[in-house]
Amino acid sequence: MNQSEPTLEEAAASALAELSSISTIEALESLRVSWLGKQGRITDALKTLGKIAPEQRKAEGERINGVKQRMMDGIAAQRSVIEAAQLQQRLASERVDVSLPGRGEGIGTQHPLTRTLERIVDIFSQLGYVAATGPEIEDDWHNFEALNFPPDHPARAMHDTFYFPDGRLLRTHTSPVQIRAMLGRTPPLRVVAAGRVYRSDSDQTHSPMFHQVEGFVVAEDVSFADLKGTLAEFVKAFFEQEVEMRFRPSFFPFTEPSAEVDIRWGDRWLEVLGCGMVHPNVLRNCDIDPERYTGFAFGMGVERLAMLRYQVSDLRSFFDNDWRFLGQFR
Amino acid sequence: MKFPLSWLHEWVRPQVDEAQFLHRLTMSGLEVEEVQRHGQGLDDVVVARIVGCEQHPNADRLRVCQVDDGSGVPLQIVCGAPNAREGLVAPLVRVGARLPDGSAIGKVKLRGVESTGMLCSGRELGLSTDHDGLLELATGLTPGQPLTATLGLPDLSIEIGLTPNRGDCLSIGGLAREIAAQYDLPHCGPVIDTQAATIPRQIEIRLSNPEACPRYCGRVIEGLRPGVASPAWMQQRLTRSGLRPISALVDVTNYVMLELGQPLHAFDADKVTGAINVRLAEAGEQLKLLDGREVDLDPDMLVIADDRAALALAGIMGGDSSKIVDGSSSVFLESAHFAPSAISGRARRLAMHTDASHRFERGVDAELPRLAIERATALLIEIAGGQAGPLVEAVETAALPKREPIVLRNARLQRVLGMQIEYPQVGAILGRLGLQVRAEADHWVATPPSARFDLQREEDLIEEVVRIFGYDNVPVRLPRGEIALRSPSEGVISDARLRQLIVARGYREAVNLSFASAELYGRYGQQGLAVKLANPLSADLALMRPALVPGLVESVLANLRRQLDRARMFELGRVFAQGQSESEHLAMVCCGSAQPEQWGSSPRPMDFFDLKADVEAVLSTMGRAQELRWEAAQDEFLHPGRAAALMLGNQRVGIMGALHPALQADLDAPTEVYVAELNLDRLRPRALSIARAISRFPQVRRDLAMIVDDQVSYAQVREAVLAEPIAELAELRLFDLYCGKGVPEGSKSFAIGLIFQHDSRTLGEQEVEAWVAAVRERLTQAVGAAWRG
Repeated sequence: MNQSEPTLEEAAASALAELSSISTIEALESLRVSWLGKQGRITDALKTLGKIAPEQRKAEGERINGVKQRMMDGIAAQRSVIEAAQLQQRLASERVDVSLPGRGEGIGTQHPLTRTLERIVDIFSQLGYVAATGPEIEDDWHNFEALNFPPDHPARAMHDTFYFPDGRLLRTHTSPVQIRAMLGRTPPLRVVAAGRVYRSDSDQTHSPMFHQVEGFVVAEDVSFADLKGTLAEFVKAFFEQEVEMRFRPSFFPFTEPSAEVDIRWGDRWLEVLGCGMVHPNVLRNCDIDPERYTGFAFGMGVERLAMLRYQVSDLRSFFDNDWRFLGQFR
Repeated sequence: MKFPLSWLHEWVRPQVDEAQFLHRLTMSGLEVEEVQRHGQGLDDVVVARIVGCEQHPNADRLRVCQVDDGSGVPLQIVCGAPNAREGLVAPLVRVGARLPDGSAIGKVKLRGVESTGMLCSGRELGLSTDHDGLLELATGLTPGQPLTATLGLPDLSIEIGLTPNRGDCLSIGGLAREIAAQYDLPHCGPVIDTQAATIPRQIEIRLSNPEACPRYCGRVIEGLRPGVASPAWMQQRLTRSGLRPISALVDVTNYVMLELGQPLHAFDADKVTGAINVRLAEAGEQLKLLDGREVDLDPDMLVIADDRAALALAGIMGGDSSKIVDGSSSVFLESAHFAPSAISGRARRLAMHTDASHRFERGVDAELPRLAIERATALLIEIAGGQAGPLVEAVETAALPKREPIVLRNARLQRVLGMQIEYPQVGAILGRLGLQVRAEADHWVATPPSARFDLQREEDLIEEVVRIFGYDNVPVRLPRGEIALRSPSEGVISDARLRQLIVARGYREAVNLSFASAELYGRYGQQGLAVKLANPLSADLALMRPALVPGLVESVLANLRRQLDRARMFELGRVFAQGQSESEHLAMVCCGSAQPEQWGSSPRPMDFFDLKADVEAVLSTMGRAQELRWEAAQDEFLHPGRAAALMLGNQRVGIMGALHPALQADLDAPTEVYVAELNLDRLRPRALSIARAISRFPQVRRDLAMIVDDQVSYAQVREAVLAEPIAELAELRLFDLYCGKGVPEGSKSFAIGLIFQHDSRTLGEQEVEAWVAAVRERLTQAVGAAWRG
């Protein structure tokens, strides 16, 4: 053997020493082929085994395979190193500015009135009230007479009514839904009704159209105490806090005793609800026996409650539909 | 009802502080709406008498008065009031003192004459609005006396909002009765003596309709001194009750009305011919009222007539022909009871509302007329002299309102209130309110006083008992008992859910009035079937809207005018049309770019299909997408090439498209506007979703690209593909629509994907090819498809 000719082990050692300087998969692959490919040094070396004396073959074979194993391990290790480096590089190049805004359509907003109305109805739904509706163009009987407003009664003057030429009218409150819901049903009843109502009055604090939510309970032994408790629960749920409230005597033709409910708002009392025990005449008008059943009813203005809750100072802004106003109610 | 507290205190005086008193009023149902203070800052004002009065040497309109302020040394005061005269007693602010507005009075020279103090008008002291002259005080007052004491100052005017059932509280006497009941105190008013007749003149009274007027008292008074003003104390009470003093006669009738609650009317006795007849108006009868208005009387209107004609609209307003004028010296005073049913609604029908009609509609105590006329007579003669004739009373006792006994059952009271009030307390409360009460073992029998028209049934008494007992003292409880659980049907998509969906797609919700202008809806060709109001607030608000889109477009345009460049708005609401029941609609309106302005994507204007995706999202949520069909529509307000009607069977349930360019220009819309409106009632309810097994076998997809005439719609292509049902065709997908280079002029290219899948096996190549061939054949036949590549 020529002294300048390195042994297989020496050549392998020197190749392994150089491995770490290989930085591409391609270079690594050509190294692998030059050692382990069909014409590679290891393959060549293994081919020589047949010419060796049989008693030396085993030792020589183990020697060559040892070198082969070291080369394979070395190349695989370097492959991992290169791949890891390449991944790092890719990740670095794919970085985005995470502070850029997202793309696509934005989110809209629900109107504060419908949102308030839905919340109120939801609260009563949880107390077992079933939602009911009625027409906005009503007849005199449902809007007034069945509710114990006799014709020409001064109480009618409190409702500035829009009429149609045929004598029908725009409902002045949601109370006619009480009548429609009671007719043909048998107590116990718990009903909530919400919707638009109309009065021919328009100024800074009155809109000719506004929203009410009405609720009533008719059952055996429903009392004024139950009414007070129900509305106290409602006010607490709606404002999500304890609110001081008071019931004071009032008058509605369709309830007796009747009450207005005020809540303490800063240093003022604000009227937010009207309520009372369903008048026996109203029950009778709906074929319900007032001796057997009693009931309570209440009604509230959605605008007023929405103004309080969202600190809206001008009633008219609800109907202006200003994009910027609407956009505030996320 | 506005009244001064000092007046009420003459009748009843609860020993509570002012705040407590006002609170209790409100909490007993007499809501305190406003409180006005009088006589603030008048501590320095004294009573003074003018003892000498001469013309100012250098000024025509000024006078130089010598004024006795009680100090013994007369003050010289220059005064411009026209009523300044010797003997007049008036308020004085001395030098060094202040007016209520804080301005100090100093010694001044007016046109060269020294003035040491200021004589004041009612307005300068904040006591009335009168600034015509000095406030004239009672001549008997002692100069130097503090003014406040002589005028019952300081005082408080309280305005209470009375509900229509409490007509009995429309007077000091009525309020006193109520307050006395609240505090369990006695109350009493002035002693009212009968006035003896000093002249014989009288006018006969006939009650032609005793149901409407069962009692009428009248009296002639002659020789009243003309031009007499009412005394300062009366003027102060009227002013503090919100009425303007006018003349002794008018003031006395108003004063008695406020004091007792009985409206009075004064006729010129010389203009009454023959007898007074209280009757219903005759058909076609007319009357000229005090205020100069001519009214046509309806046959259900009650009038006060003489032998010739109607003189007054009973309980509402007097007539012009018999009204008191400056020259009148004989007066016929009327004090009558009119039944509420005979008065209510009539004034409103004539667009009138008077203090008298307000009271008679609510019910005035039928026992008052005699008392009130005696009171008024006494006051008038005291103030303006004159002589009274005999009091003539016509009465039909049988027709007077009766107060029937009402039974109040203890059990019912307890049941309605949800609590037990101590038995003796209930009877006591009713007694305090003036009811005659008889307590039985388990109930009371109570007869209301004549002033209470609102107490007719058991519920009325329950309310009275709990009102005085205090609503605050009723416990707070929740209803017990069964709750029928009726959850909303899953098939009906709620408004709330729809709102969430649409909001999530970038829309802001609008709420418009339900009223519409014929002019606006006319531009959309939609005013024809609209329901019209008989009494709209204005012509702009005369229709009930037959559709939501026009109003919502206005909302969007208003925002564009406020510099918004992209808007997406929706509204849910009822629409109205003649002969149809009202239905709930959803409208969506949008314009501007397809997406909000943003980085990394090039902007493009929105188009039909951007809105259609939103509409389809709604339809899909409502579960009806599969049953619906879009058809080109021809509505005049829409772009004829970009308008679609949504059909359910042969019913139109929605519409969408771009506003017609002519309308767009007419509305001054700066950009194309896309609109959609759906009838939600017709789209509800939906069928419940039913789950199917999901196939575990692979899908096979085949794409087809075809060239068809430009007139061929995608619906035709789809119809042709689906004409022969292929059970294994899981999906048909349109993935490209192209026209331009490579496609002949007048044609376009559709590229569709056919996705096949079998539920229980892998599909074979041959069967798929057979289906595709069949589809191609149908497309060639049906829409003349030519095949690319």
